[in-house]
Amino acid sequence: MLEAFLSSTVAMAAPLLLAALGELLVEDSGVINIGIEGVMLTALFGAMAVNLAVNQVVAGTALDIFALGVTGVFYRRMFGVTGQALTVRTLRQVRLGPLSHLPLIGPALFHQNLLVYFSFLIVPAVWLALYRTRWGLNLRAAGERPEAADALGLGVYGLRWQALMISGVLTGLSGAYLTLGYANTFVEGMSAGRGFIALAIVILGEWRPGRIAIASVLFGAALALQFVLQAVNTGIPYQLFLALPYVLTLVVLTALGGQSHAPSALGEPYVRP
Amino acid sequence: MPTATSSGSRGNIVAALGKPLGALAIALGIVALALAVLGANPAATFAALLSGAFGNWLAATDTLVKATPLVFTGLAVSAAFSGALWNIGAEGQLLFGALAAAACGVHLAQWPRPPAIAVVLGAGTAAGAVAGALCGWLRARFAVSEIISTIMLNFIAVQALSWAVHGPLMEPSRAYPVSQALPPAACLYRFLPPSRLNAGMIAALALAPACYVWLFYTNAGFELRALGKNPRAAAFFGVPVGRVAVFAMGLSGAMAGLGGAVQLSAISHRLFERFSPGWGYEAIAVALVARLNPLAVVPSALLFGALDNGAQAIQRAQGVSPVLVQAAQGLVIFVLLAFDTPVLASWRRRGAVREDLASGRADA
Repeated sequence: MLEAFLSSTVAMAAPLLLAALGELLVEDSGVINIGIEGVMLTALFGAMAVNLAVNQVVAGTALDIFALGVTGVFYRRMFGVTGQALTVRTLRQVRLGPLSHLPLIGPALFHQNLLVYFSFLIVPAVWLALYRTRWGLNLRAAGERPEAADALGLGVYGLRWQALMISGVLTGLSGAYLTLGYANTFVEGMSAGRGFIALAIVILGEWRPGRIAIASVLFGAALALQFVLQAVNTGIPYQLFLALPYVLTLVVLTALGGQSHAPSALGEPYVRP
Repeated sequence: MPTATSSGSRGNIVAALGKPLGALAIALGIVALALAVLGANPAATFAALLSGAFGNWLAATDTLVKATPLVFTGLAVSAAFSGALWNIGAEGQLLFGALAAAACGVHLAQWPRPPAIAVVLGAGTAAGAVAGALCGWLRARFAVSEIISTIMLNFIAVQALSWAVHGPLMEPSRAYPVSQALPPAACLYRFLPPSRLNAGMIAALALAPACYVWLFYTNAGFELRALGKNPRAAAFFGVPVGRVAVFAMGLSGAMAGLGGAVQLSAISHRLFERFSPGWGYEAIAVALVARLNPLAVVPSALLFGALDNGAQAIQRAQGVSPVLVQAAQGLVIFVLLAFDTPVLASWRRRGAVREDLASGRADA
């Protein structure tokens, strides 16, 4: 059972990690995208947040409301309201040789689908891009001091747009993983606040890719726990387990209280003077 | 963080209506286009929407019923946003309010009606206030973003409600996950049956001007708006920023919680999962269309209530999914935001500077 729990933890952590890395990139460029749930419409959000310099929190919320409606409309249009539900093939689990037979951690680390491997492998890639390339330096400059970056001729809007687009790909993959990775179907509102948890993971991970990966695993464990504990009849109401990731988010943020590692210009629209 | 839209303008309401109505028209235009692309008839769909919302006496009163929780939550969001406190948690506060109201209400069968109603509404208000103030306090004391804490409480509230109707509050036969019905003593007064007009609407109508007066004619309201315009300047001039945040979030939560209690006591009488179809989220659109002006929240809530009420009709009449209306509501916010972009002002400024330079050169 512990083996199943660990395996499920890693599987649950993967989409959170993808979304959190995506959010990290935009936040480092100075844009906070709380509409990360409604990622399909990233371009719309980008136009609003970067070029039109509107309030990013409000635009993000609008994005969520809009995306829930739009995905609902398209889903019902294509697959009907009640008829048989859409089922898609799940991603195949890839077994990495004999390593997957290791006791306890074998299935967790070496018998997952490709997206899980991908999400953990891009952690160092994101780190390299942000901290060891000129582009990463420019991006972080746009998030810390957009006016200074602008004065250097770095093109703040362009950098923020690039971050948003890459982030859109990552969070889009994260959403695809929800459908393909373990649900086999699309359920209206299926992301169930995972986008918001990703926001908390970025804070908990102090805007560092490696720590974000660790934080993702922690939240993955909280999500996996509900399945394990529901299977065992503990007599504890299952709603408590379902609420656990959200309670955990609150507790962790409170415990971290006040020490902010956020980019200085996070959430502040930049209007060229 | 900067203010939401040009927040809380006290000016005359009629002049302030221009932009929101323009935004609404643009959003509806986009929806019409989408409908045409999806192969539905836009004109017939809008006609079905209108007749579903106002087609007859019962439909029209039901629009009022649907608008009532939106007035409470819309006021909650307006108050918080006026202070740049991003309360995304009206949904959770409303659910906690309804939960507390139900938990108290079922025990009041022997009470006389007025005090029983007062206790039910009071419990809902208090529960919402606690949920809101908690997030304000977490922000003031631990620098926890109220955006995230309020959203987390939304999800926690959904689970708490689910637990309550499967557990302690479940109806006696224990066949369905719904709570026991409130005793008649705890139910708000209704008028003109079969319509569902009720005393809760009067409370909503009274709350809007009260909230307006508080926001624009009291010291506390002024401090909150100062916080919203420029938190650093507000702190510099001696506004107790933390205390204002806790109080305003508590007040905001109280109004949302009262909305939940009113809905329970006047309309549903029972709790069940999915008690709220998303009033707390829709409230953000309601508040923004009202430009955070509490008086304008009432017509704005009516508009969204009508959209919600009509949405069900378009499903029956035109086979168009009612979630389309939700997408339209998100669009309205987007268009409104685009109208308020500071970039336009910056362009105008730059144009002016260029003219000054040009004329300066001419003088030289």
